Amino acid sequence: MAATSKPKLSKNLLRMKFMQRGLDAETKKQLEEEEKKIISEEHWYLDLPELKEKESFIIEEQSFMLCEDLLYGRMSFRGFNPEIEKLMVQMNSKNKDEEVEDVSMEADVSDEEMARRYESLVGTIGKKFAKKRDRAQYDEDENGNIKSVKTKKTFLKPQE
Amino acid sequence: MMAASQTSASVPRVARTMLGQVVLPGEELLLPESAGPGTEGSAEQTLRLGSVVRPRARVVCGPGLRRCGDRLLVTKCGRLRHKEPGGSGGGGGVYWVDSQQKRYVPVKGDHVIGIVTAKSGDLFKVDVGGSEPASLSYLAFEGATKRNRPNVQVGDLIYGQFVVANKDMEPEMVCIDSSGRANGMGVIGQDGLLFKVTLGLIRKLLAPECEIIQEIGKLYPLEIVFGMNGRIWVKARTIQQTLILANVLEACEHMTTEQRKQIFSRLSES
Repeated sequence: MAATSKPKLSKNLLRMKFMQRGLDAETKKQLEEEEKKIISEEHWYLDLPELKEKESFIIEEQSFMLCEDLLYGRMSFRGFNPEIEKLMVQMNSKNKDEEVEDVSMEADVSDEEMARRYESLVGTIGKKFAKKRDRAQYDEDENGNIKSVKTKKTFLKPQE
Repeated sequence: MMAASQTSASVPRVARTMLGQVVLPGEELLLPESAGPGTEGSAEQTLRLGSVVRPRARVVCGPGLRRCGDRLLVTKCGRLRHKEPGGSGGGGGVYWVDSQQKRYVPVKGDHVIGIVTAKSGDLFKVDVGGSEPASLSYLAFEGATKRNRPNVQVGDLIYGQFVVANKDMEPEMVCIDSSGRANGMGVIGQDGLLFKVTLGLIRKLLAPECEIIQEIGKLYPLEIVFGMNGRIWVKARTIQQTLILANVLEACEHMTTEQRKQIFSRLSES
């Protein structure tokens, strides 16, 4: 009589952390399952078929600028507004080939001048790094033609 | 597929055969890559077989066309145009409809002329001729900061660019490019004359090899601004010259080349 009427603990009480130590494996499993069920039931999901993104080969573009290669919308002629004229050249050359830019780049420094500059640069930089006693050798030649006359030191085989 | 062909005015035609011809809203166009059953021949069959292997070229559908599955749906009437793929753009080229209209619909990236109609807090309301005025932040000018506000008054003309323009939202303009420079955008100077023309004429005048502009440039010293919304602002040394220019520009839409040359020669004499 006393065994059957043993007071049972409520489920909520058994679920508590400190009560789980004394539980046997079976009731533990049962409790876990019930908990999982509650969680999965409470989750919401969209009841839709899976969306498939198809790669499209058509791109929509509503601007005429791309289609017709239109010019820049501000213009000035015969020197009315020099600022705008400069801007016109700049904006309209963007669309064209970059050949125009290349020509102006070349005009800056010619090949010859470049070669001349580098020629003298070799001497100038060489002088900077030369030691004091070697510097005299650079100074010898006055007419801008600074030349390194320093001979390379090599091992000389003693003669017999 | 059947329903689509019934609703459209006629059987869908291949876009490439329609170049330069008039298309009407509702028509469907087939791209060469997706040739329909009507035009299917043995040659096309092999083409299609080949196209399965290699990646299909990307096609850009411009104004007046809309994507509809793997074909194009015409939404404006006009002539169908095509541009071969160049250095930039899609691999299959660009298709668009060259239409004639006066109503402007804001498009992202377009340069337009607007009139400032209101100042409200840190926004300007700009009338661009669309269904709704565009908003323009006072910070969207070159060199503008919170402390240093641009000098813009109600009634000023603004040359700017759309950064937001779609059918669901209020259009938004800016007067700087992505690197923060004005590049000619901002308030357009004093005086001058603003008038409206059709959108087609603006595109005609802005075409790279436009003779009209070249001839006009020889007449007087002048400054001119074209907005893609159909507005043109001109300014010359005198009011008389400005008016002549405005009239010539308006009239040249419906003139033949001979008529135009005649008028220009008469103007350059006077």
